[in-house]
Amino acid sequence: MKPFTTHRGIAAPLVRDNIDTDQIIPSREMKTVGKTGLSEGLFAGWRYLTPDARDLNPDFILNKPAFENASILIAGANFGCGSSREHAVWALAEYGIRAVIAESFGSIFRANAIRNGVLPVTLPRASIKRLATDIQDSAQPPQIEIDLNKCVLLMNGESEAVIMSFQLADAEREMLLNGYDPVDLTQKHSAKIEDFIRDHRIKRPWIYKDKI
Amino acid sequence: MPVQDNEKRHMTPSLTLFDKLWQEHCIQSDASGEDLLLIDRILLHERTGAVALEALREKGREVKTPAHVFCTMDHIVSNRPGRTRNEARTPGGDVFISSTRESAARSGVTLIDIDDARQGIVHVMAPELGIVQPGVSIVCPDSHTCSLGAFGALAWGIGSSAAEHALATQTLKQKKPANMRVTLKGALQPGVYAKDIVLALIAQVGAGAAANHAVEFTGEGVRQMSMEGRMTLCNMAVEFAAFTALIAPDEKTFEYLAGREFAPTGAQFDEALSWWRDLASDEEAAFDKDIILDTDALAPQISWGVSPEQSGGIDQTLPLMTDLPAEKEKAVENALAYMGLQPGQRLLGEAVDGAFIGSCTNGRIEDLRAAASILKGTQISPDVKAICVPGSQAVKRQAEEEGIAEIFKQAGFEWGEPGCGYCFYAGGDTFAPGARVVSSTNRNFEGRQGPGVRTHLCSPATVAASAIAGVIADPREAGGVRPV
Ligand code: SF4
Repeated sequence: MKPFTTHRGIAAPLVRDNIDTDQIIPSREMKTVGKTGLSEGLFAGWRYLTPDARDLNPDFILNKPAFENASILIAGANFGCGSSREHAVWALAEYGIRAVIAESFGSIFRANAIRNGVLPVTLPRASIKRLATDIQDSAQPPQIEIDLNKCVLLMNGESEAVIMSFQLADAEREMLLNGYDPVDLTQKHSAKIEDFIRDHRIKRPWIYKDKI
Repeated sequence: MPVQDNEKRHMTPSLTLFDKLWQEHCIQSDASGEDLLLIDRILLHERTGAVALEALREKGREVKTPAHVFCTMDHIVSNRPGRTRNEARTPGGDVFISSTRESAARSGVTLIDIDDARQGIVHVMAPELGIVQPGVSIVCPDSHTCSLGAFGALAWGIGSSAAEHALATQTLKQKKPANMRVTLKGALQPGVYAKDIVLALIAQVGAGAAANHAVEFTGEGVRQMSMEGRMTLCNMAVEFAAFTALIAPDEKTFEYLAGREFAPTGAQFDEALSWWRDLASDEEAAFDKDIILDTDALAPQISWGVSPEQSGGIDQTLPLMTDLPAEKEKAVENALAYMGLQPGQRLLGEAVDGAFIGSCTNGRIEDLRAAASILKGTQISPDVKAICVPGSQAVKRQAEEEGIAEIFKQAGFEWGEPGCGYCFYAGGDTFAPGARVVSSTNRNFEGRQGPGVRTHLCSPATVAASAIAGVIADPREAGGVRPV
């Protein structure tokens, strides 16, 4: 997994609530049994004018010249709700999005993001509004710097600098900072797991009796 | 109260059902509050399961306990009567079917293939086969896994990487969510179903209301409900952001499971039963959030927007922009524009182009019966393209035996082969852009059923009544509504 320590980039404000994974990547864009080749389908319903062609919708934020290289998204509440498709995160990551700032996240999406090196930053509604307004009011969108070691976010806006801190569980932070593989981490505890399964098998034998 | 009781309670603190199931499966906790949980059952389907099995293989890992993994074909398979083994509903989808078949065979998991008599939507099939049982932990890379909580199981939807983790280690790491309780009070009027309850609930609390909570449905309303109704209720928990839903098992649950293929048998069933009977929240257990919903006067519900929270009583008018809190205004404006509706208008009487009955929300026998009771002896409007896709082969067989299939067909519905069908669009046949569709599914997101398709979520009865009328119609006014 690609580690996340610090990142500096342009943030695109897409401040709507309940942006679901069907919007992040419509089902029709998930064409292969794999994790790649998905970025073209990112926000396809909004990014392109028609479902079949690839004519860009000039009104969509990521198509505006100032946000072409955006690597951070700013969204409203419940970002990534809906379908569990991890393709949503794979598409974002492949497109080049390293962090999503939102008021809250769909829980499966959030876990998927962390497992794929995309940082979910939760901030209160007012802070999100502040960032989005500052960005929209600037002639040239300011860069945002995110430091995961310190859990702070910095934006040097036109008027003044904004510093905000955010929280992340230690285990999640560790995983992102080091790019750990979660399976490897768990397998360190395999002795304990085996003990637990042995006891569980005695306690609830019917769960282990499968007619295959 | 006797002192002894207090002491006892002091020694064993009151727990919710969710707390108990979590404890049962918790191998260890780490300093940051994440728990390592034992996973008893893993479900896969061809849409997301093949990716997980493939990724596992690429990393040189194996499925730890293949006997506990069950994979079906539901999302992409064709629903055409007489479909062939590799026939997909979506162009290019046959790759998912064949690669799922290969990776399932290679890894030794149980595959319930497209032509298997047990095939069905994963959340419909798992209960039918007794794969889900009270007290087991069960995950699937599919967000509607919460449906299975209806059996008092710890069931939740995960992503593909988490599925990889569960397959490789038989465990998952998870921070424990908080507890929410939703108590259903009162009876249901004829023509009103579990689907209406859950839509009303989501409209009331909002699509983000249960974020980071496990929701236990309880109360008289739940006890009276069949297993099918309970699954409908739990199915939509994820639509208000819940980690999962659950319902304490009772005699209906045990009766449902007895004799199912993967359920315990003989003495083991009795042994299991004595534990299952204890699976309930303690009387004094504390919930972090508590909601009471009175269903006595509830009308059939229907969604009007592009989030399930944008729903209301079928006889109501749509919100007026002037009535809305400022932060909702934009969302409602966008929703109404997409849906081709006006603020303040009535939904009843709005012309309908399509009707769909099926999905893991409402594709079970009871749902089909409810619709058939309205469709019997009538014809749907010639302007409506109507399709029924039973949730599983078992549902389809039973509907055919009961004469329900015939009623659907004679009324003018297409009758499809089991699978997810028109619940989601991934290319291929669907309704036309801009079509207004009454649908027994769970998501009304933009484009969910096809580009530009306008989905109205409602009960199968409302779908049937509207298909006949050719406009959005109240099932209470259609003939044949079953008494509750
Ligand atoms: S029926 Fe619809 S919601 Fe249910 S599993 Fe299939 S696609 Fe998902």
